[in-house]
Amino acid sequence: MTSQPILEVSGLTMDFGGIRALNALDLDVASGEIVALIGPNGAGKTTFFNCITGIYTPTEGNVWLTPPGGKRVSLNGLKPNKVTERGLARTFQNIRLFPKMTVLENVMIGRHCRTKAFILGAIFRDPRTRREEQDILETSYAMLEKVGLGEHCDEFAENLSYGAQRRLEIARALATEPLLLLLDEPAAGMNPQETIELEGLIKKISREGQAILLIEHDMKLVMSLSDRIFVMDYGRKIAQGTPREIRENPAVIKAYLGEEVDA
Amino acid sequence: MAVFQELKKGALISLWFVFLTFPVMVIKVDPIARTVTWRWMNALYMAIGTFIIYTLVQFFIKRRGRSKPSTVQKEAGSSVIHRLLDNPRRRAMLFVALAAAAIAFPQLLSAYQTNVMTTALMYVVLGLGLNIVVGLAGLLDLGFVAFYAVGAYTYALLNHHYGLGFWTILPLGGLLAACFGILLGFPVLRLRGDYLAIVTLGFGEIIRLVLENWGEFSKGPSGISNIARPSLFGMELDLHGSIVFNYYLMVLFVIFTIFVVNRLQNSRLGRAWIALREDEIACQAMGIDKHRTKLVAFSLGAFWAGLMGVVFAGKTTFVNPASFTFMESAIILAIVVLGGMGSIVGVILGALILILMPEYLRGLSQYRMLAFGAILVCMMIFRPQGLIANIRRTYVYKKTHNDAQAS
Amino acid sequence: MDYFIELLFSGLTRGSIYALIALGYTMVYGIIGLINFAHGEIYMIGAFTAFIVATVLSIYGFPLLAIVIIAGVAAVVWAASYGYTIEKIAYKPLRHAPRLSPLISAIGMSIFLQNYVLLAQSSDFLPFPRLIRDFPFMEPIAHIIGSTDLVILVTTVVVMVILTLIIKFSMIGKAMRATSQDRTMATLVGINVNRVISMTFIIGSSLAAIGGLLIASHIGQINFYIGFLAGIKAFTAAVLGGIGSVPGAVLGSMILGLTESFATGYVSSDYEDVFAFSLLVLILIFKPSGLLGKATNQKV
Repeated sequence: MTSQPILEVSGLTMDFGGIRALNALDLDVASGEIVALIGPNGAGKTTFFNCITGIYTPTEGNVWLTPPGGKRVSLNGLKPNKVTERGLARTFQNIRLFPKMTVLENVMIGRHCRTKAFILGAIFRDPRTRREEQDILETSYAMLEKVGLGEHCDEFAENLSYGAQRRLEIARALATEPLLLLLDEPAAGMNPQETIELEGLIKKISREGQAILLIEHDMKLVMSLSDRIFVMDYGRKIAQGTPREIRENPAVIKAYLGEEVDA
Repeated sequence: MAVFQELKKGALISLWFVFLTFPVMVIKVDPIARTVTWRWMNALYMAIGTFIIYTLVQFFIKRRGRSKPSTVQKEAGSSVIHRLLDNPRRRAMLFVALAAAAIAFPQLLSAYQTNVMTTALMYVVLGLGLNIVVGLAGLLDLGFVAFYAVGAYTYALLNHHYGLGFWTILPLGGLLAACFGILLGFPVLRLRGDYLAIVTLGFGEIIRLVLENWGEFSKGPSGISNIARPSLFGMELDLHGSIVFNYYLMVLFVIFTIFVVNRLQNSRLGRAWIALREDEIACQAMGIDKHRTKLVAFSLGAFWAGLMGVVFAGKTTFVNPASFTFMESAIILAIVVLGGMGSIVGVILGALILILMPEYLRGLSQYRMLAFGAILVCMMIFRPQGLIANIRRTYVYKKTHNDAQAS
Repeated sequence: MDYFIELLFSGLTRGSIYALIALGYTMVYGIIGLINFAHGEIYMIGAFTAFIVATVLSIYGFPLLAIVIIAGVAAVVWAASYGYTIEKIAYKPLRHAPRLSPLISAIGMSIFLQNYVLLAQSSDFLPFPRLIRDFPFMEPIAHIIGSTDLVILVTTVVVMVILTLIIKFSMIGKAMRATSQDRTMATLVGINVNRVISMTFIIGSSLAAIGGLLIASHIGQINFYIGFLAGIKAFTAAVLGGIGSVPGAVLGSMILGLTESFATGYVSSDYEDVFAFSLLVLILIFKPSGLLGKATNQKV
């Protein structure tokens, strides 16, 4: 595993009124890694995602992104769309697809920030715009094939099954060509069969070199997927390490895992 | 037994409506002559009318409930028009027939009919313009008529003061309206949907009130008259020639607008608009600049309103603030809502129905606005997708590159 | 100085009327998050009902006091019935629809009601009977504050006190506050949300009807279109105070009424309405949460 960091977060703090949702959090993800962020409900995991993707503006702290072989860029204070442009793409805990658009169109939206055509291009359809549209179409379709939704491409997103909707969100995020993919509870609400398929999918994406940071409650999934795990409680990081280390960390067992992880 | 229950409920509701409408419908007072007219028949009509409407609504709800399982099938074959448009040969035939009818129209029918049709076509273009804003981008713009007024007054004033001609002003009016759209849109488009609606309504009224009160600039409520009609390559036309010319001009405008809107909605930008309508946060997370994308939709809609404003001023040769009330915005909104938000064919149909129907059913024309209001309510409740729902384009993949674009 | 006080009272009078209407907007918004665009029309129908009933009674020679009471009750009863019915027809079926659907439905309802009154009654301005006679004890200060102004102010204060008592202490008031905070939770603890929503519309409409009756007898004329402008202005006041907040609506209304009064008194009356609309646009752009409202964060 190469250890060049892609994402570096230091001292991230977020206050809502008087409540400190995130407290001086440090976290890093290296290229090609799968990192999991776990913690009890209300620990601040989704708030963390919202802070680094620009939906919330953190009270303090820094977020950097380093493209492979490129210069480190700060994501502080950027709008969500700019963050995505820089290379962080996410899925949502409570699925946020575009329900009245087709499955393929949903993924095509993901190509938006990598393409340029505007009003005049749309009206005149010059060769460059046509080539770009063709590229959007091909890449998007390839992403759908990758998550196994190729044959559903003309259906409305709202008509997909729950598990398929989650996979579509992943395809849509991948279409933005992210440096780091953020998955917010991808297995939530899935049945065991769907979870196994999801695990396969995440492994496949990871093998292609995609760095992934995921929030997840399904411990079996987390333990089998992750290279490293960060554990949060009450907005603080209470532990970090490999799955084995986390499994044996007394603080984690006390705060969160309890008897659950006797396996 | 069930039928009896239904009847009883229907009768009770009728009774309630008779009570509800009693003072307004039955009593009519003349405060000056100090007489009271009791229009008891109205109460009877009200009771019968309510009962019939109630029964019909119940009937439709029942039927809809029964046919639930086959919704997918129904959706696919939902409209004859879409099936017609899907087949390239039939589509070509339809277009030829429509073109022939459009060309022959002023030759076959009177100048009055032509004039009415021109007005209807103007509303088609206005509807398509508002459709970009409301239908595609999901921004409820209740001040659309303000941009229409900007276009109309641009032509009226520049023609009045400097004698500039229609064709010079046409693009200028559109661009100026688009600029107003950007100026207004820049601060307000960050607002939530319902607040945006009210702000645009306020803006529309401000424009109208300024035109009414700022006499030195706009000549106030009396308006500006004797505006030049559009000329044909510098030739001045007589009244009849001008009516026919305006008609053909509008036909070209409609074709141009359909072409542009169709291309826009099937582009990267159009997809972004629709996605924005569906879920703003997801959109931003996908790298779409929400503010900029909204602003483009808003100002493009304004551009079309501005163009039509210039045409309106040229057609009627007279403008005053009374043409640009909130009701005008509401009519255009009703066109879009009736036809189907985001659907080009729907909006065209909506405009033709709403504008031509009151013209030809003269006796009913006083009920026009009443019907428009009812249409807005009923469409939202019973058919929010409009008469002709917008069908999302499907993309043909795994074929040659040229084929992938056709659809 | 007299002129200043005269403007002050006329501003308070205006503000009172706006407040009576604005409360309906703010309460409905607080409960179901809808800008009830047809609320101005409820006010207009309340005023029209009062006009019709009062004129009929005066033609038939009823005494003034009886006319005032019967017309007032009729206005409230019918306006409340309209409010109740409109909610059932135009908003209830859309409770789970996209956010803009009920707003479009409300706009449709507003246009429908305007034209319904226009067609069934008249498009002219009609003279509203004078229901409030000048009180003899007001004689010395009649040039500063008229008797109708006094009646409007007193009535508004009384109505506000009653409303506050209802919201603070009655069962339905508590249910309303609970529903506006969290509708799902309110359902779970056994509150009949449909009833709460209906009651909100009934109370809001009754207040608007009282406002309609008072202003119509103050101005002395009425037509089908009065609801539109009054509605927008009251909505402006509700937003200014912070929509969803009952004290905010009253505060916003008083500020709007006073500024309008002083602006027309000292500057010019040409742009009276432009002023209100501009205020509306500016507040929504710069402080959409209003003076007493809470800023809300969208949950992701």
